[in-house]
Amino acid sequence: MRIAFLADIHANLEAFEACLADISRRSVDRYVFLGDIVGYGADPGRCVDIVREYCEHGAIALMGNHDEAASGASRFSLNSVAGAALDWTRGVLTPDQSAFLATLPMKVVDERSLYVHASAADSHQFPYIHSLREAGESLQATSQALTVVGHVHEPALYHISATGKVMGFIPIAGTPIPLSSQRRWLAVMGAVGQPRDRNPAAAYGIFDTGTTEVTYVRVPYDIEKTQRKIRAAGLPDILWKRLASGT
Amino acid sequence: MAKAILEPGSVVDGFVIGERVHKGGMAIFYAVTHPDHTVPMLMKVPMLLEGEDPAAIVGFEMEQMILPRLSGRHAPRHIATGDFSAQPYLVYERIPGDTLYKKIDELPLPAEDVAALGVKIATALNDIHRQNVIHLDIKPSNIIIRDGTGEAVLIDYGLSRHLHLPDLMAEEFRLPYGTAPYMAPEQVFGIRTDPRSDLFALGCLMYFFATGRRPFGDPQSLKGLKKRLWWDPPPPRALNDRIPPWLQEIILRCLAPNPEARHPTAAQLAFDLSHPESVPLGPRAQKLKRDAWSERVKRKYHPASFRPTPLRDMATEQKISTAPIVAVAIDLTESHKDLSDSLRQTVERILTTVPDARLAVLNVRKPNLVTIDATLDEEGRSIHVQKLVQLKDWARPFAISPERMSYHVLEGLDAGAALLSYIRTNHVDHVVLGARTDARFRNILGSVSAEIVQNAPCTVTVVRKPRDYAAETATMTGDVRL
Repeated sequence: MRIAFLADIHANLEAFEACLADISRRSVDRYVFLGDIVGYGADPGRCVDIVREYCEHGAIALMGNHDEAASGASRFSLNSVAGAALDWTRGVLTPDQSAFLATLPMKVVDERSLYVHASAADSHQFPYIHSLREAGESLQATSQALTVVGHVHEPALYHISATGKVMGFIPIAGTPIPLSSQRRWLAVMGAVGQPRDRNPAAAYGIFDTGTTEVTYVRVPYDIEKTQRKIRAAGLPDILWKRLASGT
Repeated sequence: MAKAILEPGSVVDGFVIGERVHKGGMAIFYAVTHPDHTVPMLMKVPMLLEGEDPAAIVGFEMEQMILPRLSGRHAPRHIATGDFSAQPYLVYERIPGDTLYKKIDELPLPAEDVAALGVKIATALNDIHRQNVIHLDIKPSNIIIRDGTGEAVLIDYGLSRHLHLPDLMAEEFRLPYGTAPYMAPEQVFGIRTDPRSDLFALGCLMYFFATGRRPFGDPQSLKGLKKRLWWDPPPPRALNDRIPPWLQEIILRCLAPNPEARHPTAAQLAFDLSHPESVPLGPRAQKLKRDAWSERVKRKYHPASFRPTPLRDMATEQKISTAPIVAVAIDLTESHKDLSDSLRQTVERILTTVPDARLAVLNVRKPNLVTIDATLDEEGRSIHVQKLVQLKDWARPFAISPERMSYHVLEGLDAGAALLSYIRTNHVDHVVLGARTDARFRNILGSVSAEIVQNAPCTVTVVRKPRDYAAETATMTGDVRL
């Protein structure tokens, strides 16, 4: 089975559709949306509708911190830019769309894999995995062979050996990476809608359960169009500016 | 449960276990057969039960990752992989031929044999480096000379690194893993991202094969291993005076502690080994004594210019692709000045943008079949030498160091075939040549540039003499006016 992972769509419809079109050419059996469908971008409603439609056909979608905040019951505060984007998002989502976001699960176990938006270490506080220490905390918190997360907007691949050593690797797009059964793996997917690894192309990943290979994929999209929409919506300037540099 | 000892006649995933071929330090090798595969095959099974050495397991994991991703004639063809969850194994093509370990009793070998082996191994290294794999354990027992073709095949990828895949070995062990006599100094410091580490190991192998002595012995401690950063071995010619200076030059360049001072790529090393006459000889080519004691002490306590530092993987990768061999074919007979200038400008642009590029300046000369002493002109001068002089004159304006340049007069009745053969044997990455301008010749002889464009296994730039567009347009209008 081939599974596509899409994290941090962030209401960027052009990036999202470019990824879906790319995936449709690669014979994928299952879609997993790793959270943060909304926030930052100008098309939250449309993005939620698409995810909901995929879920009606068997896709899995998880709760991200922005989804949780946009659907009402946020337990913690976001920074001012994210807060401003969130107020705007709440105003444009229909009650139906908000209700869908509110139903999203925090984590899902799928055979020997765990899917969660931020980290297996804590699915409610949404900690960031920026270092080997934080990756180790996530890897120690689960016994699943593979954990797949998003949240940091930079692709990475961590692994822990039988002796407890944690190592990290920055994946090279397009190269299938075999995941040895002798260790456990933490795949951090890059962001569909707001990449921050200095590569502005939309990011997603595919895991093949047969070959146990994970492939990180990058897809170029019409960034200028997305930028125009964010400006037109009156959202903070940084939200459209950062898309062109991928920062 | 996984086993290392398999009974002859037993079957694992369809593979019928045959004789036990070899028992190494970390694995056992069996000959196997399978109804779907006709090639001779080996099954490598890690010894997980015996030692507690985690390196055996991690090495096997690495080899299971890397071997299936290698292709070509210089690595055994991967056939099947067995997962650790049941019975871990690797099945791959059994290469017919002996490892170079068998040669150890015959050392020292004549210099030309050492150079010929060096070319084969460097060619094999070039092939795997281009596939983003660094072997990191080049030594006689890991090199098989394939029966029939005589090519070098590199085996055992248990310590190797694939630059596009996670390195499972990197931080797992406190001690560096490698084979002490051949390990590059940067590898001793845990750096596993530089393809030039394999060139150091090949330098050690050539030193050993040419002198009968390992340059750095077989140190067993980390301190002993680090010594190669400042301690220079005796020059090979001091141990065997039949070694020519050019071979000493090449071997000592391979053994430079700083990878930056070695050949930039395996292809460039193979190039030097196959063209002894164009290796520029520095002071190290002639020296017969080790550096002065004071020099060594200085290097030991004041490693001024060089300390091994990790490179980012991407930078290393660029290193492989930005040190190309560029060949330019010059037509000395046609000698159109404009075309010759255009060629020079094009080559200059390439050399400026790619600072590690190496340039081979070529001319093809038709051998005169009528007279036997065809190499002399009327005044008795060697035509071959004259052509070399002309090539050097053409290249004189380039401001690049002599070890990056070489000049070659090829012989052949068919210029295209001679150039193609040169391009293939020397792993040329980019060939630059002029388009024949005179349509009459092109029609009779066929175009050499078209032949090269069609058949060369590399990038080809065809340079044209700048034309007078206004005049051409006028001619065209003339043609149209019927």
